[in-house]
Amino acid sequence: MKSHLLPDFIVERIEDRCNKCGVCVKQCPWGVYSWNDDKTDILIDYTKCVGCQRCVIYCPNNALIVKPYYGSYRPNSYWTKEVILDIKKQAEQGGVLLVGTGSDRPYKVYFDHILLNASQVTNPSIDPLREPMELRTFLGRKPDQLEIEIKDDDIEIKTELYPNLVVETPILFAGMSYGAISKNAFLALAMAAKEFGTMFCTGEGGLPKDMREEYGPVAIVQCASGRFGVDPEYLNCAAAIEIKIGQGAKPGIGGHLPGEKVTAEISATRMIPEGTDALSPAPHHDIYSIEDLSMLIYALKEATNYEKPVFVKIAAVHNVAAIASGIVRAGADVIVIDGFRGGTGASPKVMRDHVGIPIEMAIAAVDQRLREEGIRHKCSIIASGGIRCSADVVKAIALGADAVYIGTAALIALGCTMCQKCYTGKCAWGICTQDPNLAKRLNPKEGAKRLVNLLRAWSLEIKDMLGGMGINAIESLRGNREHLRGIGLEEWELRVLGIKGAGE
Amino acid sequence: MIKPRDDKDFQACGLFGVMDRSGKRFNGKMVVEAMKNMHVRGNGLGGGFAVYGLYPEYKDYYCLHVMIQDWNEDAKREVDKFLDANFDIVHDEEIPTNEDANVVNPPLFWRYFVYPQKKGDDKRLSDDDYVIKKVMYINTKIKDAYVISSGKNMGVFKGVGFPEDIAEFFMVEKYKGYIWTAHSRFPTNTPGWWGGAHPFCILDWTVVHNGEISSYGTNKRYLEMFGYYCTLQTDTEVMAYAFDLLMRRQKLPIEIVAKILAPPMWDIIDHMDEKMKKLHTTLRMVYAPLLINGPWTVIVAHHGEMFGLTDRIRLRPITAGEKGDLLFLSSEESAIRAVCPDLDRVWTPHGGEPVIGRLNEKALKKVVE
Repeated sequence: MKSHLLPDFIVERIEDRCNKCGVCVKQCPWGVYSWNDDKTDILIDYTKCVGCQRCVIYCPNNALIVKPYYGSYRPNSYWTKEVILDIKKQAEQGGVLLVGTGSDRPYKVYFDHILLNASQVTNPSIDPLREPMELRTFLGRKPDQLEIEIKDDDIEIKTELYPNLVVETPILFAGMSYGAISKNAFLALAMAAKEFGTMFCTGEGGLPKDMREEYGPVAIVQCASGRFGVDPEYLNCAAAIEIKIGQGAKPGIGGHLPGEKVTAEISATRMIPEGTDALSPAPHHDIYSIEDLSMLIYALKEATNYEKPVFVKIAAVHNVAAIASGIVRAGADVIVIDGFRGGTGASPKVMRDHVGIPIEMAIAAVDQRLREEGIRHKCSIIASGGIRCSADVVKAIALGADAVYIGTAALIALGCTMCQKCYTGKCAWGICTQDPNLAKRLNPKEGAKRLVNLLRAWSLEIKDMLGGMGINAIESLRGNREHLRGIGLEEWELRVLGIKGAGE
Repeated sequence: MIKPRDDKDFQACGLFGVMDRSGKRFNGKMVVEAMKNMHVRGNGLGGGFAVYGLYPEYKDYYCLHVMIQDWNEDAKREVDKFLDANFDIVHDEEIPTNEDANVVNPPLFWRYFVYPQKKGDDKRLSDDDYVIKKVMYINTKIKDAYVISSGKNMGVFKGVGFPEDIAEFFMVEKYKGYIWTAHSRFPTNTPGWWGGAHPFCILDWTVVHNGEISSYGTNKRYLEMFGYYCTLQTDTEVMAYAFDLLMRRQKLPIEIVAKILAPPMWDIIDHMDEKMKKLHTTLRMVYAPLLINGPWTVIVAHHGEMFGLTDRIRLRPITAGEKGDLLFLSSEESAIRAVCPDLDRVWTPHGGEPVIGRLNEKALKKVVE
């Protein structure tokens, strides 16, 4: 069948700069570049280009430009180029359209409609360069109150405490499994988390045995519907356990790691035969209702002697507030809410682009509901899905989150350029691939350095924003919606977010 | 009269407190003199006084000072009816005032000495919680009526004006007490409202406060989970409820509470010995939403105790002074020296370090029983 698809990108070569060194041929895993028969010229098939920009960055002569293909159909604001191409793809292939990364649809970005406050006159701003500015964050259940016994000079806390995680910045790495991403990318996340004093989540692909001793203490190990890699040692080596119910990029459906990605080491880590597809069912088949979730939470707590907080991760869906309330009552110590912008290695396009709600709305609704029910302190809330910068972190926390997960932003720090082809396994940057030749492009040490730099940069910016508001500890920002104002929002949007409009 | 428009008001103020730790009662002359010395810290939009040991003849009864805005007769009738239905009213009278005082449009002030008459479900409540519930009802449900103090053997006098004008209006120099706290207000953007003046009072707890709380939203929303709703829309209210929750309901001593509201930096905590490190870490972990951020000073009093506290980095300092049994707390040293030039000791405590005055044991028996 002759394909009717238009190319996505076009590659331009500045001929007088190109000396035919062949780096582009080596760097491009998509087959755009090839030598001619007598190796005197490099041929370009731009129809295969995904726009990952690998060749552009690595061309030693800066001879390449990759830009969106500008040829198009008759302009139509309803039957857009994307709509037409999707139909053509499905007409040719008859299947579900697959995509990687979070939704790129132009839905309203609420973060960009919220502005922050700063002190003037009546309240001094605090200079983070001169005064301590504290970002340390505790994640987990807190008691209603502390009972403290004071006898002469001795002070003792009588109240029984629940296990909490301590992180030095309210930013953690979101679950990205070994299998979906390369060992090197996975390792870089673990190393950076350890160095900076935060945590990384393993995703559902287990934790390789050789990483447990060193990185277990900074790992949040996931227990997902496929139960890959879950055994007592895995649970007990970790700092916390996360039950993954759903994911913002594909709420309501499971996952699928194709067999060709299941290498020997991944097979050992996931505890499945080499080369078999790793299928995560849509629901956990032992959780068909809230009391089943409670049983799994307590089974995991039993298995780890009640020493580790148990997280429950859900996608932000319509009734997220009521669901979250149930999850707290079921015994979860931390709730992770993944907004509809959340990333993925592979998702049906229709799920990614049409299911779920924005993280800003979800956090505001959940925080408010838990407070109304008097149980907000019984759990921590992690906002996940589409956190792009330190201002997003501050806004998410002021709306009610305790901390945030970053996934996509971390991968971008490692080299990702959001080409959305993660599901092909051919990631040119060595992140989302198990091809050893591609994976080795990512040096875990250098990757960790980039991640630590990112955490440091964002933390510095958060301190600046806090200081401006006259706040010197991150806990005084949590749920502090007084410091937020909406701009360009309707009444109902302000109401759901629980904030006032600018000037009010 | 216009009520504050914003969620909270922004203010800088003058505070003063004096306590005779032997329990000896003295009149309001000294405290008024001290406040006059800090005249420029206010702008005439609020002043007030709290007095402990005020009504020894009625010391077993809750005394409600009720403000009736615009002399609204319906409000007064409704309050009478409500109190009559929920309490035994032992005695009530208009609070005497001086009509020649330099104040504008004063409301009607009435005091009731009452004993709880609990019925039905309310029987499960302690007397204190019952009184709080009924006070909250009046403040939120009866238009134009506000209970400005509700403790035993104490009372609050406050309004719109400089403290010396308010003192003249209520003739506070005629009253005697063993603790006096006072407040002069400088709101930046809200018109004066008699109910918005300090001290703020719940049961026998009073708070005078100077500062702007940058953690207001966090604190307010945490307190809401414990049934406290901020109706007066001032930062001080948050402060008062935090003290009520931690000290009265959760029975934590001020030494601990100070470390919750104004905790040490992590850098300091991390270098403490294991036991103190654990204590401070746990306090910060559990009570993080009650860290009061931003610049503030408070003087808090209840029977038998008065203390002063500043924010964790002392953006609004407080000065303490001692002379014999007298303990002074003030926004400015000059105000203390104005009324007691030969102090035994005067000092400025570090941020988050409470200065605590308590009745000595002999006095405790005599005054509080």
